[in-house]
Amino acid sequence: MSGTLLEASNLHISFGGVTAADGIDLEVFNGERLAIIGPNGAGKTTFLNICTGYLTPSAGSVRFGRRDITAMAPRAITRMGIARAFQTPQLFHDQRVIDNLLLAAAARERTWNPFRPLQDLPERDEMLELLELFGLAEVSTQMINELPEGNRKLVDIAVALALRPQLLLMDEPTSGVSTLEKFRIMDLLVEALAVQGVTSVFVEHDMEVVKRYADRVAVWSAGHIQSVGPPDQVLADPSVMRDVIGI
Amino acid sequence: MRLVRYLPAVLVLVVAVLPLAVPWLKIVLTVALAKGLAVLGVVVLLRAGQVSFGHAMFFAASAYSAAFLMQGFAGADLAVLLLAGMVCSGTMGAVIGLFVVRYRYIFFGMLNLAFSMVLYALLEKMFHITGGSDGMAVGRPTYLGLELARTSFETALFYTSLGLAGAACWFVHRFLRSPLGEALSAIRTNETRLEYLGISARWILLIAYVLSAVLAGLGGSIIAVNQGVVTPDLGYWIRSGEFVFIAILGGAGHVLGAFAGALVYELVRFYAAAMAADVWQMILGFVLLGIILFASRGIVGLYRDLAAIAPGPRGHREPLR
Repeated sequence: MSGTLLEASNLHISFGGVTAADGIDLEVFNGERLAIIGPNGAGKTTFLNICTGYLTPSAGSVRFGRRDITAMAPRAITRMGIARAFQTPQLFHDQRVIDNLLLAAAARERTWNPFRPLQDLPERDEMLELLELFGLAEVSTQMINELPEGNRKLVDIAVALALRPQLLLMDEPTSGVSTLEKFRIMDLLVEALAVQGVTSVFVEHDMEVVKRYADRVAVWSAGHIQSVGPPDQVLADPSVMRDVIGI
Repeated sequence: MRLVRYLPAVLVLVVAVLPLAVPWLKIVLTVALAKGLAVLGVVVLLRAGQVSFGHAMFFAASAYSAAFLMQGFAGADLAVLLLAGMVCSGTMGAVIGLFVVRYRYIFFGMLNLAFSMVLYALLEKMFHITGGSDGMAVGRPTYLGLELARTSFETALFYTSLGLAGAACWFVHRFLRSPLGEALSAIRTNETRLEYLGISARWILLIAYVLSAVLAGLGGSIIAVNQGVVTPDLGYWIRSGEFVFIAILGGAGHVLGAFAGALVYELVRFYAAAMAADVWQMILGFVLLGIILFASRGIVGLYRDLAAIAPGPRGHREPLR
């Protein structure tokens, strides 16, 4: 790991009486896989929302590389190299799997020729390779609404990776899927991230997934960071186990 | 049943040949093609899930631009009028679009309606400039530099409109299959993901809005020259509603449906008005009710169902979808 890719400094945000970020300071390093854990309502998704421009903090800043991206629009942040995958997959449900990725490729390359069909984009092979990486090549021509939840999650992540981001933020990439499916998704994901050399941050509730796949883990608690460090060290802390897992 | 597959081509051929056999019908068909172009504009926006209840404003603005041009330059050419109409409606679409693309669904529709009513009121009240409710006469322009007699001009206008309708169909079909068109569809299904792809939904919708305004404007210029007179009624909300009506009749969101709907609408309207002058609106209403109840995907949907039932080249039957 070398160099800071994303740096959040002293982030504050509240929703009515609920404080979701109370002085959050966090660095994400180039090439790492950082897991964010914490109880429901601790402010994990809020952090992702701030980093991707969906929410504006009342105080503090987020820097990506050398640029301050605080309060920038999501599309501007995306163009700078931060992609996002959602807890509930955000896809174009009445389009085919491959079309979802091709639209991402068109956005990345800014290919807006009104006479060239989306199907004929030169990035088509690249997108098929990406689907292959996720084991989705066979379903490339299926409609999104025909896919099982696990595959939809993978397509959502593949769409984000089709943007060739520097940083990928994922909100519970394994929620709502079976245990077996969880590890399949994470194995494929980790391989795809390695192939593309993408730094990642993922919110996760499954400690087994965190132990296996994260380089570092940050523990959220009521709007602040309780601890940050390697998984074996952080998860060995009894207070973390008590506050996060409840044991 | 195999004929069903070639039905669109046969119909285009019939429409192209019909005015030769029934000359008076070319006026009706030209009106249908002009309205079809405006409906095509509505169809483009329907792709994004947005319904405009004010698109007649572009139809009217373009028609009036033709009237003003003919008033200022008596010998103006049809090509100049059509081009000027498209520039006028496109510019207007870009300005109004900057406001309306910020809104969605009912707010989008109502804001369009509001702008169209402002234009209607201006056309109606600025009597010394626009002729008020009496409107303005539109002289016969030259056709590629030639001064044609009335009948010849009507024939030339009909075939020009048919050619432009074909070109517009081709262009819009290509546009909707392009990344821009697919991004436009994505506004309807998931605007959040679109933004997280780095695409501005407003910018995409604005491009589509200007395109739809240009198409409506092209139709407006044709109708002005075809009728020889323009009145504020061209921009009235009922006209906008008519465009939405035709879009649903033809098959909401389908390129060919715009023209199929416009042809059926104009012919039903023409014969209903001739045979039952007092109740023709009611007949149109029943036609739309029938379409919604029994063929909710409009004329194009009806055709697709028929084509699916028809045996394919090897005699197999395709499943109905």
